[in-house]
Amino acid sequence: MNTAAREMLAISGLQVAVEGKIILNSIDLKVRAGELHAIMGPNGSGKSTFAQVLAGRETYEVLQGSAHFLDQDLLDLSPEERARLGLFLAFQYPVEIPGVSNIYFLKTALNAVRRHQGLDELDAMDFISLVRGKLAAMQMNEDLLYRSVNEGFSGGEKKRNEILQMMVLEPVLTILDETDSGLDIDALKVVADGVNSMRSPERAFIVVTHYQRLLNYIEPDYVHVLSAGRIARSGGPELAIELEQRGYGWIEQGEGAVQ
Amino acid sequence: MTAGHASYAEDFRTVQATLPGAGVPWLQQLRTNAMESFLDSGFPTTRTEDWKYTDLRSLTRRHYRPAARPQPANCAVPADPWWQDELQHRLVFIDGYFVPELCPPGPLLSGVTLTGLARVLEEQPDLLEHRLGRNTDLEQPGFNAFNTLFMRDGAYISLGDGAVLDQPVHLLFVSTGTDASLRPVRNIIVAGPDSHATVIESYVALNDAAGLTSAVTEISLETGAHIEHYKLEEESASASHIAGIYVTQDRDSRFDSHNIALGGQLVRNDLQVALNGPGAATTLNGLTVTRGRQHVDNHTRVDHNEPQARSDEWYRGILDDRSRAVFNGRIVVHPDAQQTVSHQHNHNLLLSGDAEADAKPQLEIHANDVQCTHGCTVGQLDEEALFYFRSRGVDATTARNFLVYAFAADVLERIRIRPVRRMLERRLAGRFMETEALDFLRDRLSG
Ligand SMILES: Nc1ncnc2c1ncn2[C@@H]1O[C@H](COP(=O)(O)OP(=O)(O)OP(=O)(O)O)[C@@H](O)[C@H]1O
Ligand SMILES: [Mg+2]
Repeated sequence: MNTAAREMLAISGLQVAVEGKIILNSIDLKVRAGELHAIMGPNGSGKSTFAQVLAGRETYEVLQGSAHFLDQDLLDLSPEERARLGLFLAFQYPVEIPGVSNIYFLKTALNAVRRHQGLDELDAMDFISLVRGKLAAMQMNEDLLYRSVNEGFSGGEKKRNEILQMMVLEPVLTILDETDSGLDIDALKVVADGVNSMRSPERAFIVVTHYQRLLNYIEPDYVHVLSAGRIARSGGPELAIELEQRGYGWIEQGEGAVQ
Repeated sequence: MTAGHASYAEDFRTVQATLPGAGVPWLQQLRTNAMESFLDSGFPTTRTEDWKYTDLRSLTRRHYRPAARPQPANCAVPADPWWQDELQHRLVFIDGYFVPELCPPGPLLSGVTLTGLARVLEEQPDLLEHRLGRNTDLEQPGFNAFNTLFMRDGAYISLGDGAVLDQPVHLLFVSTGTDASLRPVRNIIVAGPDSHATVIESYVALNDAAGLTSAVTEISLETGAHIEHYKLEEESASASHIAGIYVTQDRDSRFDSHNIALGGQLVRNDLQVALNGPGAATTLNGLTVTRGRQHVDNHTRVDHNEPQARSDEWYRGILDDRSRAVFNGRIVVHPDAQQTVSHQHNHNLLLSGDAEADAKPQLEIHANDVQCTHGCTVGQLDEEALFYFRSRGVDATTARNFLVYAFAADVLERIRIRPVRRMLERRLAGRFMETEALDFLRDRLSG
């Protein structure tokens, strides 16, 4: 079997509304194992909406279309079922949870996923040794584990924490929603290294970003431009470079046919 | 005056001669004053300002009679109790009566008296002449006069100069009576200069009768004394529980209160602290967890009478079903009380659309050089946080339980007595936890 060609995500004709307002329209996207897709597009074009819908956020209403993940009907699954099957969203705005320590949050999540996979749950000792190595890779201070989830974390710490969670949960499909925004150059490199360390023929990524810079570190196979709720253009890595030079105006005005 | 009052007056006349210290003149005078005041004002109604959120009709419709002295056969404490064998100093009260036979012998402590109030009233009433009733205002709308009429027993704790009790004193009040039982309780705690003790007042029920507990605790802290006080209310689901805790603090004394309300149908706590000396500090922690049609009303009042005292309040409520919780936090900074520091926090979590929380801060500041803040919130579980959990593979129920527990964690973390914390963690666990979250809190709290 050619695992590299395995279809991981297939989205077709997806239309999404929030509070009666249509935000995404006829989205088609196929992601195969091993691929990395970048999604770019102006503010408010629907990138986060798309990411959250994939993760199962119930505030968004899917009006039309279909989405399959590993041959299952994604739209039929609860957010936790999606996560246990290996879908992971790194949030644009990671949520603060006062009173719940980061380490228990992570351990509970990992054990929920492991239970689903028929694996033994990890006890506190095994878990901490697993986490320590990843923490070091993310150049995160250990005390962040014992603080409440994201509470009082700096913007950069929150983003690193998202990638830490990804590294612990080892998803097959990761969606990064502007994980690079607000990071300094060094942190950007750490986050990119974290992502690259996870790349493999069995895994796929969807990377939402505004900046070509991230794509210098994490090389995409495909670049898509989301504009006013549609995929207005798709191409290879060169499309990101062109966008960097020309902005989005020419796409929004419809210059150049969608490939 | 209503027929209800008259019959309580009648009851009082019937039991009067049997009350401890019945022949002691100053006590007779105190009870005469209480009778006058009770006949004058009776029970408060929702038209009484401090009682407007708490409708007492379910209580005043009934007539409660002072519980009889328990038969030895009925003198039991709960099987498998939460304190296990960890609390050595225990006074046990059954339906308000001190039962020394049920108490562990406990080591003798120099400078410390730990006994039943009735005993002191019978044997050494002089000790109480200027203590009993000193902190309770008989004119205050509520149950002070009523309690003073019917009080017969409770705990008497006296700490001499510099006495330090390193183990907590556990006052266990067990309700065993009928729907019509009245269980009056009066506790007196006198903490001499630089003394220190932890006192746990806990109320448990052995049946589900709808009796009435009327409890008043008077606590006096002299210069430099430190009292940590826990009130753990776990009455039966149909019982009424009306309590007052009246505290006076001298210079440099410290009072830490933990007021936990879990049981009962109708619960009211009046917690009043008078800060009467510079350097006095008081911390009032509260946790109310309600369900069904429970109603819990916490009224706190802190009087800053002298400069340079500090008060901090942390009250939280977790309300489910059709239950209701009231928090009224009054802080009075009197004209001389410069450099007062006072912070008040009250947060409520509604788990059901039918639950109701009334949060009312009341700050009255008559001095100009003060630092006073307050904040109240009433909210639901954070949907974003729930989704965040679920997006990481954690099921919705566990996620919800985590968040409820986390909401209470702030209060639990301040509880230093291990068996008390363990008890609360179990109660919350029984209500809100699945296994995963149980691990979480076990690990978290066993440190
Ligand atoms: N819950 C909501 N209620 C109302 N409008 C919403 C909601 N969520 C998203 N929208 C609207 O949908 C549109 C798309 O928002 P979305 O967050 O997906 O954009 P984005 O492409 O991620 O933008 P950015 O680059 O700024 O992150 C915006 O107009 C936004 O205001
Ligand atoms: Mg966005």
